[in-house]
Amino acid sequence: MYAIKTENLTKKYDESIVVNQLSLNIIKGEIFGLLGPNGAGKTTTIKILATLLKPTSGSAEVWGYNVLKEQDVVRKSIGIVFQSPSLDFELTGRENLDFHSRIYNLDRSVRKNRIEEVLELVELSDKADTLVKHYSGGMQRRLEIARGLMHYPKVLYLDEPTLGLDAQTRRRVWEYIKKLNVSEQITVVLTTHYMDEAEQLCDRVAIIDHGEIIALDSPENLKTTIARDIISLQVVDRKKLLEVLKSSDFAAEIIFNELVEESVYLGVENGEK
Amino acid sequence: MPLNLTAIYTIWLREMIRFFRAKSRVIASFSMPIFFLVFLGLGFNASFKFSGLPSGIDYIDFLAPGIIGMALLFDSLSSGLSVLMDKQFGFLKEIMVAPVDRLSIVIGKTLGGTTTALIQGLIILIVASLIGFEVKGVSGLLSSLVFMVLISVSFVGIGMIFASKINDMHGFQLITRLFAFPVFLLSGAFFPSTNLPTWLRYLHYINPLSHGVDGLRFCLIGTSQFSPIQDLFVLLGFCILTMVSGTYFFSVVEVEG
Repeated sequence: MYAIKTENLTKKYDESIVVNQLSLNIIKGEIFGLLGPNGAGKTTTIKILATLLKPTSGSAEVWGYNVLKEQDVVRKSIGIVFQSPSLDFELTGRENLDFHSRIYNLDRSVRKNRIEEVLELVELSDKADTLVKHYSGGMQRRLEIARGLMHYPKVLYLDEPTLGLDAQTRRRVWEYIKKLNVSEQITVVLTTHYMDEAEQLCDRVAIIDHGEIIALDSPENLKTTIARDIISLQVVDRKKLLEVLKSSDFAAEIIFNELVEESVYLGVENGEK
Repeated sequence: MPLNLTAIYTIWLREMIRFFRAKSRVIASFSMPIFFLVFLGLGFNASFKFSGLPSGIDYIDFLAPGIIGMALLFDSLSSGLSVLMDKQFGFLKEIMVAPVDRLSIVIGKTLGGTTTALIQGLIILIVASLIGFEVKGVSGLLSSLVFMVLISVSFVGIGMIFASKINDMHGFQLITRLFAFPVFLLSGAFFPSTNLPTWLRYLHYINPLSHGVDGLRFCLIGTSQFSPIQDLFVLLGFCILTMVSGTYFFSVVEVEG
């Protein structure tokens, strides 16, 4: 059994297809990354897997439970850290965790110890009784991660876990994610648009764009199979760009995305230059 | 579907913590109706007598239940603000993704709003009795609580509907005010409805708050325009209606990123 299994998962809004025939198998215990630009359908996928959105067609299972038919069990099996804050700023860190443990019906005897445990994991024990509105951005994100872990979920979703954090804080959040993957034996599914984040953290990465998986493998394999760095461009006039590119030897390979007119992928030897 | 009592209690508890922490908001919302009560009550009491007042009833006796109704109305409606704030500050996501049915969430929120409204209603009652309002007996006081709860729950439900549909605070405050003023001005809170022209009187009859205020008057000063049983059932019906639709509107709220 997989931690998460989707088959032809599709979400349409009116005419636009946000998630297109997505089929995924996420293995228990791995850190799995959904990598792609903004608007690629990552967050929508997470929301479907978290029972917050209903798919238009296709199916999804979390820990063997259907996201449509067994909502409550799915919700108990997952922890989620949203892209934007979802803490109560007028409560203290501890009160936020306490609210969570009660609403997830955690046993009274477990509650207190578990709060201390997760606070320690993200190193917020000494700030536990401070109002969250006085926390820094990094501390808030850590508290959200701690809260997502409170109820011993099987799978933890992290939607852009380091968005808007400085380089140092990002690295620390990465450390926590790696740490909890081991110590809590939790499967982690994260979305990101940072290549380095996917490379640093994930066991396997699915590159996703326009709601479809373009590639899926370990970060190392992805790098060797593609062998080149890829630059994704959105251009207005593709023909003009082609002419310019042909007259230079900058791009070794030009891949057009067939679905969307404006997308061009360039394979170059050293994209970071 | 069984209700999730733990979740209801937890959501209520959070509302209480937030309420007692927001001291300035509490004081501000308590002062308004007390100003009305003291200044209007004492001013009109001495200056002239309204026609249509039941005999032997002072204006302050007539006014106090009305002001209680008004305070409950405004406070209950504004409790929708807590839903709106949860939406805006993202906490709603935490609630919506939890393994809790929507009805339990709505009940928890409603109990929170009702509790704060009741506290306010009781404080006004105390202030009123300090400036000469006389409650007719303990049983009246207790039965008035039933009406206070029904008024609060009803309008918390309305606030919830508004909050589910509206996405910005200013819009919410404008709409609730637009809704609240005619409701309380036509409820007979300030003056006997017999003073209204006929066409307005019909609006007075179908106004749920009229029946709330009338019920409160019956309990607290022993005089009423309608039969108290009728008041009770009209209010109860309205209460159920707003709760059901409040729950419906809340359950279809979309959760943002």
